Amino acid sequence: MIRFIAMRLLLMAWVIVGATILICLIIRLAPGDASLLIAMARHGGIDQVSKAEIETIRRSEAIGGPFVVQYGKWLHHALQGDLGYSLVDGKPVLTEILRRFPATLQLAAASLLIALLIAIPVGLLSASHPNSLFDHLGLSVALIGVSMPNFWLGLLLISLFSVHLGWLPVFGTGGINHLILPALTVGTGAAALTTRLTRSSIIDTLGCNYIRTARAKGLPERVVIGKHALKNALIPIITMVGLQFAFLLEGAVIVETIFAWPGIGRLLVEAIFSRDYAMLQGCALFMAIVFSLVNLAVDMFSAWIDPRIRYERKRA
Amino acid sequence: MTATGKLGILNPLAIIFENHLARLGMVIIGIFILAALFAPWLAPHDPIAQNLGQRLQPPSWTYPLGTDDLGRCVLSRMIHATRISLRIGLLVVGITAISGSIIGLFSGYTGGITDELIMRATDVFLAFPGIVLALVVAGVLGPGLTNTMLALALIGWTGYARLVRGCVLSTREKTFVEATQVLGAGHVYIMFRHILPEVLGPVLVMATLGMGWTILSSAALSFLGLGAQPPVPEWGAMLSSGRPYLRTAWHLSTFPGLAIMVVVLAFNFLGDGLNDALNHKKKPADGN
Repeated sequence: MIRFIAMRLLLMAWVIVGATILICLIIRLAPGDASLLIAMARHGGIDQVSKAEIETIRRSEAIGGPFVVQYGKWLHHALQGDLGYSLVDGKPVLTEILRRFPATLQLAAASLLIALLIAIPVGLLSASHPNSLFDHLGLSVALIGVSMPNFWLGLLLISLFSVHLGWLPVFGTGGINHLILPALTVGTGAAALTTRLTRSSIIDTLGCNYIRTARAKGLPERVVIGKHALKNALIPIITMVGLQFAFLLEGAVIVETIFAWPGIGRLLVEAIFSRDYAMLQGCALFMAIVFSLVNLAVDMFSAWIDPRIRYERKRA
Repeated sequence: MTATGKLGILNPLAIIFENHLARLGMVIIGIFILAALFAPWLAPHDPIAQNLGQRLQPPSWTYPLGTDDLGRCVLSRMIHATRISLRIGLLVVGITAISGSIIGLFSGYTGGITDELIMRATDVFLAFPGIVLALVVAGVLGPGLTNTMLALALIGWTGYARLVRGCVLSTREKTFVEATQVLGAGHVYIMFRHILPEVLGPVLVMATLGMGWTILSSAALSFLGLGAQPPVPEWGAMLSSGRPYLRTAWHLSTFPGLAIMVVVLAFNFLGDGLNDALNHKKKPADGN
């Protein structure tokens, strides 16, 4: 187990370092003179910027130098928790991200709850009656859910519940009312994927010998499925929840924009359109790190509850 | 086991014809392809011509799906938009499937340090959830369809590379490959004669599902304002421009979304069908 954890942590460290390198490389692709852009963003227009100022920025941000120098400079600051300053309003990037992150976390948690509340019962029922009408219906709806663009679903929900029925607010934050529509939008999409996995995972488990034993000793089907099958099927489901987190973060980017939800996804999109590269870099990295941490936690957890995984990973 | 050599294309097709959903998917994709090919003849109006006297009209005989905020025919725009979405899908999937497969083939076959380096690189790409990395790339390069394709291609290759590498590793272990090696076959021969056919099926499944994913993601980027720019007709962009008119013109935010969903669903049906067909044959061997 210790070996497994050490290997996993090492990989995680590399992934984060790799992610910073990749993001810094991509930001370098930006067309135009970066120092001019920074100066313009800080002063709101090309008329306000002096040549000397551009030169100062060029030197302080190591723009135009070789990538290694630029990256080294960036990394040096980043290690001290300094992800730079917004090119738009000069606020520290990390502070702004941390201020916005709770909103995203809240949305993600609510969406995950909705996803699991739909996926586990539907998946269980489908798996215990394979090829029944319910099973086919559930699978078809799940496939439609997977194919449904979340930005479209969001618009439809707004159209129905806010514009026509007037039950819920169109966008913004406030009470739980504001959370319902965005969470439904992300959650139902996530539910679609999770339902499919729950179903196939339980069907796989039902084919195992210990289920045959449980049945043979006369346990009622309710106990066989509810206790023996579900518990074992839970491992892939937990892994899936980790992967779902990607879906939730990705969904957050679009759904937060539609619903004007003040989370990190909307921050990312705002940064793109105001060409705030420092903020963009910070948001993308932060999301990658959060996602990697969740995956790490999921891996550790599944390895802890299922020793078989440890051995498999060791071989691979 | 060499029977799987033939499995590459032909057998799944036969099984797919027995799978209703996959068949439905094929028919829908066929319709969209026809719409894209014959768009100028099928569209009742010019997709770009504005007619401000006819703004935000509900569906009617002249405008079957109504008009948008600039008086343009929604149906005509949607038909022309199939060209853009399918082209992006084909190009991105083509590029990523081929480059990713080659990288995966190389990685798995060479092994050792090269393999390790390539796989750790894919780890980094996969650390960014969903389309976040594509958003950053598209955001940095600036809005536009070419940049959207570049962004999606940049993140798309990793899936194929890992899939193909996995297939290569498991195939290399098989007795018939060892036998061929012992008989003196060269690397190129083994790669093309034994490993490639084994890999073709799973890649085909991934590419089919990838078409749906690419169309969906490019529409999402356009919806956010990063992909297609006005006046180019594109489903995601059309949805976005319909947002202010949710109350007055429901058709603007309904039909383009439906088109995206239907075409993505069709590719998912087909991909699932293909996958079933492949697994159906392989089931006794392994669970994956």
